[in-house]
This record gives sequence, C-alpha cells and structure tokens, in this order.
Amino acid sequence: MINMAKHNKINQDHRRFKRIVRGKIKKNLREYMTKGELTGKQGKKIIKIPIPRIDIPRFKYGAKSTGGTGQGEGEVGDSLGGEGEEGPGGQGPAGNQAGEHGLEVDVSIEDLAAIMGEELELPRIEPRGTKRLETIREKYTGIRTIGPESLRHFKRTYKEALKRQISLDSYDPDNPIIVPIREDKRYRSYKETSLPQSNAVIIYMMDVSGSMGEEQKEIVRIESFWLDTWLQSQYKGLESRFIIHDASAREVDRETFFHTRESGGTMISSAYNLALKIIEDDYPLEDWNVYPFHFSDGDNWSSDDTSECMRILTEGIIPRSNMFCYGQVESPYGSGQFIKDLQANFEDREEVVLSEIKSREEIYDSIKVFLGKGL
Amino acid sequence: MLPKHLRDIQEFIRGVAIDYGLDFFDTIFEVVDYQQINEIAAFGGFPTRYPHWRFGMEYEQLSKSAEYGLSKIYEMVINNDPSYAYLLEGNNLVDQKTVIAHVYAHVDFFKNNYWFSKTNRKMMDQMANHGSKVRRYVDSKGIELVEDFIDTCLSLENLIDFHSPFIERNLQDTSGEEGIPKMRAKEYMEDYINPEEYLAQQKEKLLEQELKSKKFPSEPERDVMAFLVNHAPLEAWESDILSMIRDEAYYFAPQMQTKIMNEGWASFWHEKMLTQKVLLPSEIIDFADIHSGVLATSQGQLNPYKLGVELYQNIEDRWNKGMFGPEWAACDSMAERANWDKDLGLGRAKIFEVRKLYNDVSFIDEFLTPEFAIEQKMFTYGFNKKSSNWEIQSREFMEVKEKLLTQLTNSGNPYIYVKDGNFRNRSELLLHHKYLGTTLDINYAKGVLKALHRVWKRPVNLETLYEDEGLLLAYDGTQYLREKITYEAL
Repeated sequence: MINMAKHNKINQDHRRFKRIVRGKIKKNLREYMTKGELTGKQGKKIIKIPIPRIDIPRFKYGAKSTGGTGQGEGEVGDSLGGEGEEGPGGQGPAGNQAGEHGLEVDVSIEDLAAIMGEELELPRIEPRGTKRLETIREKYTGIRTIGPESLRHFKRTYKEALKRQISLDSYDPDNPIIVPIREDKRYRSYKETSLPQSNAVIIYMMDVSGSMGEEQKEIVRIESFWLDTWLQSQYKGLESRFIIHDASAREVDRETFFHTRESGGTMISSAYNLALKIIEDDYPLEDWNVYPFHFSDGDNWSSDDTSECMRILTEGIIPRSNMFCYGQVESPYGSGQFIKDLQANFEDREEVVLSEIKSREEIYDSIKVFLGKGL
Repeated sequence: MLPKHLRDIQEFIRGVAIDYGLDFFDTIFEVVDYQQINEIAAFGGFPTRYPHWRFGMEYEQLSKSAEYGLSKIYEMVINNDPSYAYLLEGNNLVDQKTVIAHVYAHVDFFKNNYWFSKTNRKMMDQMANHGSKVRRYVDSKGIELVEDFIDTCLSLENLIDFHSPFIERNLQDTSGEEGIPKMRAKEYMEDYINPEEYLAQQKEKLLEQELKSKKFPSEPERDVMAFLVNHAPLEAWESDILSMIRDEAYYFAPQMQTKIMNEGWASFWHEKMLTQKVLLPSEIIDFADIHSGVLATSQGQLNPYKLGVELYQNIEDRWNKGMFGPEWAACDSMAERANWDKDLGLGRAKIFEVRKLYNDVSFIDEFLTPEFAIEQKMFTYGFNKKSSNWEIQSREFMEVKEKLLTQLTNSGNPYIYVKDGNFRNRSELLLHHKYLGTTLDINYAKGVLKALHRVWKRPVNLETLYEDEGLLLAYDGTQYLREKITYEAL
C-alpha cells in the first residue's frame, strides 16, 4: 500500500517551506534591521525570526473577544498566566484555534548570513595572511581498554567478552549468556586532529559620553548584531572585544558595552590607543583578521585630539587591520565634525570606511557600506 | 506488516474489542519510525497528499518539538475502510498495547458515529487521486501558480456547511409547477380539505418564492465553497482544485465536530480493555503512567481526552443507577440524589447509543450536568483589559456550559453566508457574518477577502458587526474599503 521510503515526499514540501521563509526574510530584511527585534532572541547557533503572515488567513474570531473554558483550581478573578493575545496556554478545548501571531521560525546564523549576503550583495571576504591558526579538535574515534563507564563501548565490549568465552569454551549456543569481565571492557577515546582556521576579531568602540542617547546606542546594538552575523559566517573563529570611552577609555564586556551611560567629554584618541594596545598584545598580524568598528556622534574634545587620532590610525591601527570602520550616529548635541576630519585624511584609503547613520532606517545602508568592500 | 510479537498482541486486542461489543472496519497497522510518523502526521495522516508548503511547515514544527522532547506522536489512525493506523517504532510494549486498543475504539467510532456516515471511506484513494491531479497541474502550470491558488482555496476551507452532506435536496426545480399544490380530496370534501384561506396562503407563498428565486442565491448559502465552485469564473483546473479542497474539508469536518467524543471514547476503551483484559500485572504501573499523561490537564486547560472519558463514565454511571428521567429530575433531596441507585444496568447500552448519535455540541448540551461541572472544577475564562491578564471569570454552571457550547458550535468557526452574488447589481459578492456575540478578527478577514477576490474576480464584500456597529468591509482588488452600515440579522 503505502511506500514512503520510495520517495521522501515531505522533503519537497519542506524545501518549499524553507524557500518561502527565506523569501520572506529577504523581503523583510530592511524591516528586521530597522526594528532590531531579532537581536534580543539570539541563541548560540539559532535565531528566532518572526515571520509575518505565513499562516493562511481564515475567517475566525478575534482571540480577546472569545475567552474559553478550563478546569482546575482557582477563584474567580485569579490570573491564569499566559500573557498576550493567545490566551492561557494558547489553545481552546478543541485544540484547533490557531494563535494570533505569525510564525516564529528558527534560522541558523549561517542561513541568515547567506540571506543577508544575497540581499545586500555582499562580497565574500578573502581572509588575509598566509599563515593560518591551527585549531585542535577532539574526536572520539579511538578505543582504549581503560576509561570512564560513561564512555564504555557496548558493542566492542560485548565482542571481546564473546571472543573470550568462545576461546575458553564457556560459550553455550543454546544458552547464549555473555558476561563481560573487566578485561573485556572497551572505552571510546578521543584523538586530536588539527584543522587550519582563519580567525578574526571585531573591536567595537563606542562613545558613551553624555551626548550619546539611548536611541543612538540601540542603533549601534542592532548594527553590531548584523556585523557579527556576517563576519561569523566568513571566519571560523570570531572574537569580539568592547571598548567604551568618554574622556578616557576602558575595555568592558558586551552587556556593559550596550548599557553604560557616562557623562563628560569625549577623547576619541583614548579609545584608539586602547584598541591599538589590544591588537598589539593579543592579535598578531600574521594570524588575525582585525576589524575595528568605532561608533560616535562625532563630537571630539579638541582638534589636537583629532590629529592625535589620525596619527594613531595611520601609524598603528590601519596597518594592522583589514579595514577600519567608523559609524557616526546623529545626536542633537554633537557637531558631527569627526567624520569630516576622517574623510579629509583618508579619502583615498579603501580600507577606511565611513558611514553616517542618522536613524534606524539607515542601518541597512550603512551595513552595506561597511561590508560591501569584502575586505 | 507487523512483526510477529505485535501481530499476536494486535490479534488478541482485536478479540477483546469485539467481545466488548466494538464494531470496526478492518484495521491495518504499520510500524513506522520517528521521521515517518512526523511525515505522515504533517500530511494529516495521508502519505499520498498533494504537494504544498504547509505540510513542510507542519513537518518542521513536529520534528522540532519531537527533537526537543516537547511532544511525541503516539498514534495516528485514518478514517477509511480499511482503516490505517501507525505505531511508533521503539515504543515499549505497554505503549503499543495502549495505542492498539485506542485505535480500535477510534475505528469503531468512525464506523458507527452518525456524523461520519457520509464521509468517503475510500479517502486514502481519493487523496492519492488529488495528489496526482495537483502534480499534473504543477507540471503544466508551474508550482508557483498552483501553490498560490491552493493557498487561496485554503483560506476558504472553513466556509462549508457541516450539515450539507445530510440534506437531501430536491434537485428538481419546483418553481415551474403550475398552480397551487392541493391535497387530494373527493369533490364533496374539497372545501374542507383545501379551504380557501389555505389556497390563498399557498398562493402567497408561491409568489414569495418566485420573488426569491430572482435573488441569487435564492436563500443565503452557507456552503460558500460550493457556491464558488458553481458560480465563480474559474478555469477548469482552478475549479477542480477548489472542489478537491472542499471535499477534503468535508472529510475532516466530522473529526472536528467530535473531538471530545471521539478521543473520550478511545481513551475510555483503551483503559477498560487494558486494565481488565490485556495488561500483565507487571505492566500496570507503566500503563498508569501513560494513561495519566493522556488525561492530564495543564494550566487549567480543558483536555478533550479527559473531558470525554469522564463524561462517558458519568453517563454510564448515571444510566446504571437510573439517574435520569422525570423522577430523578423532580427529586430535590440532596441526600436522596447522592445515594440514588435503581440498579438498572443500562449504562453500557447508553454510551453505545451516545457514540452513535451525538456530536460534541449535542453531547455537551445533553449530558453536561451541574454536578459534573463542579466535580470537574470547570470554569470560564476571559481577557481582563484592565489588568491585561487572562482570568477565571465564572464557575456558574450555565455560563460554563454556554461558553463551552459557543466554542464548539460550528467547530469554533464563525457562520458565514453568501448573501448576494450580484451585489449592487454589479456582480459583486456579498458575504454575511452571522453575529453571535463575538467579533471577527479583522486582519484575518482582510486576508480572506483577498483570497475571495482572487476567486470571484470582482469586488468582494463582507457585512458584520464590529464594535457594536454595522461594518461593510470590502476589497476591490487593489484596496480595502470600510463603510458603516446598518447590520441586519438574516
């Protein structure tokens, strides 16, 4: 009657579904980049993406106007938990009432990066340098006679016991009971293999002086998510370092980076100095691809400090990096002078990429500018 | 084909089921692995269905939640003659025994419940036919076009009339009959049998009918899909696909209408059969574990399996003890009611009758008692706008019952009619939403109007009551229009 092994039919439908999801993500990429609703849901390898309207519309009742029946303890007026529009637990008694929301689909970082690459027409990055880092991976491919019980190889152990019993003539085919003893036991063991790998580090620098508001930081946060996503797809190993600065600079973790608010002035050179130090100490040129990204409202303390910045960039950071990216967000207080200074100094340098991000709507284009060169 | 040890168990349980009086189609069991059961489940039980992306979506969700251990499909059974059932490979023996017993009771329900009596019992074949037809259309028209049209049809899938398979319409057109229908009578009796007032009344009726017949449709039509198949300007392949999807909707409808009864029946019997005849003493604990999982309620939700089982048990008990009829109803003494036992032994016969004649709505309407609702701790809940929280609203019996019936009525779908196929005398389509106290989700309604426009090719309109005002929602192919109207119930 039913032969499923013959043609795995579902795969075809599954591919169609994936393609539709992909198309939706692609179509809405600009919106996702503006809203930043993906960034909060980032798992390790998987990102949950809300897809609007992939379900099939039908005439149905509005969820909030219906309510339903349940059973269990509780007084009238007690909360049932379950926020939002779907209702507690999400389903009615017949279990056939679909949720109010569109679908949330799991997409792997690689897939998302691929979609991003296609939509933004990003070139692949040619990793720099001849020498690559070797990474060492452990694979459980070997067998040993000692080891923890959790790694015991059942089949091998059984085989050994069987062999022993047959050779000792204690095996009875009519009553085939095999009792392994300690010498029979076999355990899995790992072997090390080394893989060549190209590594990259992103050094995020952000101005947290008083003139940078919440909205500006949100823009940086969204932007950094997409930069991470893309560079992760291009390099096997990707590290991120975070530097915040006002009049002085310090290195912080990701959490602090996006949630610190300082007051006071701005000395951009402090951040550049620290970045240079980090690069020199931890990321030797021949092994690493280095990506410094600096976000600021472009309001530096003094023109003296600005010329100091240019010096550090020219002599220190730029020669050690694949490219140097500067994103200028707009704040009501800043003069926005710094990007003009950078422009004047590095007009002919391909590896210096500048972008003005006046609002969230411009994140999309700014990412395109940053990553569009394939450096 | 089942492996020997399962085949023996199946044969044994089959015998037990027959002894208990269950009456089922031949049932073919197959053992499938995780991937296959997810695949079959994604296809709604039919491995041979037409290609469509939503099956892929279903499959992704099913395999994800199985992978994460959130859910596991134990069994699937298809209403067909013979019926097909799938057992999950790797389930332990107690699981398989439970599932086999459960399946036989489902098949008994399929075969004997009145609401299933009009379903196609060769659906396996028909689904395969649909599949190959759609594949042919895909080959000649391209997947995009065909799949897109299927999406359109699926938006209209719930616009059917659950009762229409049971209406035996007089296909002869009666409007052509000459004269007024008279009762046959001897001449001297004529004035008495066909009095003049009666004839005048009939004449009026005829006139009215004639007027109506100029309307299109003459009566508001609930089977919107049928109306579209018959009257929308569709290409042959489109109308073919639309009627396929309509057929499938009618096939699945009774399963929606009897979810509580059907699952309750199957769970009632698997418990009876296993505990009384099938289980070894050593298996009791494992079974209790499985059974309690099946009947568990979470977060105060109603579980149709549990509600069904409890209600059948309650009915059996009541009819055994004679807790029904005028004498019972008239009895006011709580003490007397609590110890009521007329020792009638009618319970078993009663539940077999119930499984034959009722659907979820009539089942709840007739057999849900205040005692039962209290015992089961039933309540209604609703959304409190002030606290933006879902809250328990009431434990009053009438409110609980009414809410539950509302949820089950029309399987939770709104009532939608075709009111006019020549609206504004411009061949526009006018649908009517019969307002029963609950408003439509307007965003979804917009999506459906778009789909309708794809089928009807002229502007489509929907009249409904929204926020206490009559609303005419229209889509003309490029934009949506909203207009205030006076809403008149049909």
